[in-house]
Amino acid sequence: MSIIEWLVAILVVAGSLFVLMGSVALVKLPDFYTRLHGPTKATTLGLGALVLASMAYFNFVKGELSLQQLLIALFLFITAPITAHMLIKAALHLKLNGAKQTSGKENAGL
Amino acid sequence: MVSLKNWWPTPIRSLFLFLVWLLLNNSVAIIHLFFGLLLAWLIPLLIHKFRLIQPGIKKPGVALGYGLMVLGDIIVANLQVIRLVLGPNKKLRPAFVIVPLDLTDNLAITILASTVSLTPGTVSADVLPLDAEGAGQRFLLLHVLDLVDEAELIAQVKQRYEAPLKEIF
Repeated sequence: MSIIEWLVAILVVAGSLFVLMGSVALVKLPDFYTRLHGPTKATTLGLGALVLASMAYFNFVKGELSLQQLLIALFLFITAPITAHMLIKAALHLKLNGAKQTSGKENAGL
Repeated sequence: MVSLKNWWPTPIRSLFLFLVWLLLNNSVAIIHLFFGLLLAWLIPLLIHKFRLIQPGIKKPGVALGYGLMVLGDIIVANLQVIRLVLGPNKKLRPAFVIVPLDLTDNLAITILASTVSLTPGTVSADVLPLDAEGAGQRFLLLHVLDLVDEAELIAQVKQRYEAPLKEIF
């Protein structure tokens, strides 16, 4: 295997692991607010790594110029925090209760 | 006489649209170049009367450095979050924290809130008060996955992320 193929393989595996961890966070964490941390961070980075792997594969292994993956990364990094923001705002609006050990609930009007 | 500004209002936006169009098609064939130029000219022309005036970037160098720093922080933050996720739930110390903002501009606050959501174990939850651009003190409400020291977190957000944004805009 060439260095590029190793790089692509490592990026794909790392990206998948990050996405998996984001999903684990969604299932495992105690309340809505903590569960939001998974998809905003781990999943975003995981998809970023997969996008990089795709670019490396098409540009260097296949030898075609392919940069459209940059757009996926751009839109992802713009939209992920906004989605999270709207979700958490909706949760606060509904006064969804956080886990017992949450401190500073009065800051959020809970 | 119609001035250049009237029929070609925002050249940088046009360039951006043109590049996005080429990237979407993943091609530089003549037809895509032609259609991209047409759209890059027509769309800004049609929408520029509706757009909100945003502040320009004053220091592109600082903006670039900020972007790179955020990318690095995203990776570090991810490793932290993964460690917390894999640990026992009982050990987590989730919290809501209010950060007073020095920024007043909506765009700058949006970028700060997005950065904070992507980086250090925090998700931005609200901007208070929402509709008071340029009028007095505003606050950012954060949800923290594992709060160690509230004062330290606030200081970190302000120094690491807010200070460069103040310079940029």
